[in-house]
Amino acid sequence: MSENSLKRISIICSKGSLDMAYPGLILANAARMSGIEAMLFFTFWGLDIVNEKKVDDLHLSVLGNPSMPIPAMIAGLPGVEHLATAQMKKEMEKLDIPSVREMLSILDDAGAELYACQLAMDMFKLERSDLVPQVREVISAMDFFDKTGDAQIIFI
Amino acid sequence: MPTKTYAGVEVPVDDEGYLTDSSRWNREVGQAIAEELGLELTDEHWKLIDFARSDYAERGQTPGLRRMAANTGVGMKDIYRLFPKGPGKLIAKVAGVPKPKSCI
Repeated sequence: MSENSLKRISIICSKGSLDMAYPGLILANAARMSGIEAMLFFTFWGLDIVNEKKVDDLHLSVLGNPSMPIPAMIAGLPGVEHLATAQMKKEMEKLDIPSVREMLSILDDAGAELYACQLAMDMFKLERSDLVPQVREVISAMDFFDKTGDAQIIFI
Repeated sequence: MPTKTYAGVEVPVDDEGYLTDSSRWNREVGQAIAEELGLELTDEHWKLIDFARSDYAERGQTPGLRRMAANTGVGMKDIYRLFPKGPGKLIAKVAGVPKPKSCI
């Protein structure tokens, strides 16, 4: 019977676009499904993922994204980002991938620990009440290391 | 392919211990696998195990946890309470179905 040698992962989410939000959330969830402890640290633009006002409206990064099948000249036009985001959300719905908000709730139920970065909160003038309830604590970078312990760190 | 014997039944398993032939499973086998994993099965555990088996039989793939929660009435928190050491893997193992491909 193979056992996980990995006991805990610590994921830093530093970007707030839709395509940068899902990888961290899904990795953390897969870890919990496998019996691995998981914590997520939302900092800088990553705070958008746990920002009550923004969580339901994260966008794809279209401009400057070389994987996007849209020419840069068109990608910059008004409305294109909205269109691409709507299209991707539709595709994800077909595959029954939960919304970001639901992913946060699943992660909380699964026992994953969600933390927000104090410095980034100050920068963006956010209060605890601006964040979704699943965030356990607002912590400093030093707290982050204390809570990470000997976990593997993943930066997204 | 390695085999293991649970409740007197010899079953083929893969390297990670998942049954490779789900038709060789019966409830006693499931019970014996659970004991090996240190789990004491209650009715709630069986609700999840039974759904994993019936859904696998129907769709040919092991359901993810979100699908299990939606179809069994056992909430996500309770799934983790019942299988604290990794429900995604443990339910499939006890139910004698492959490791789920779903990450959700």
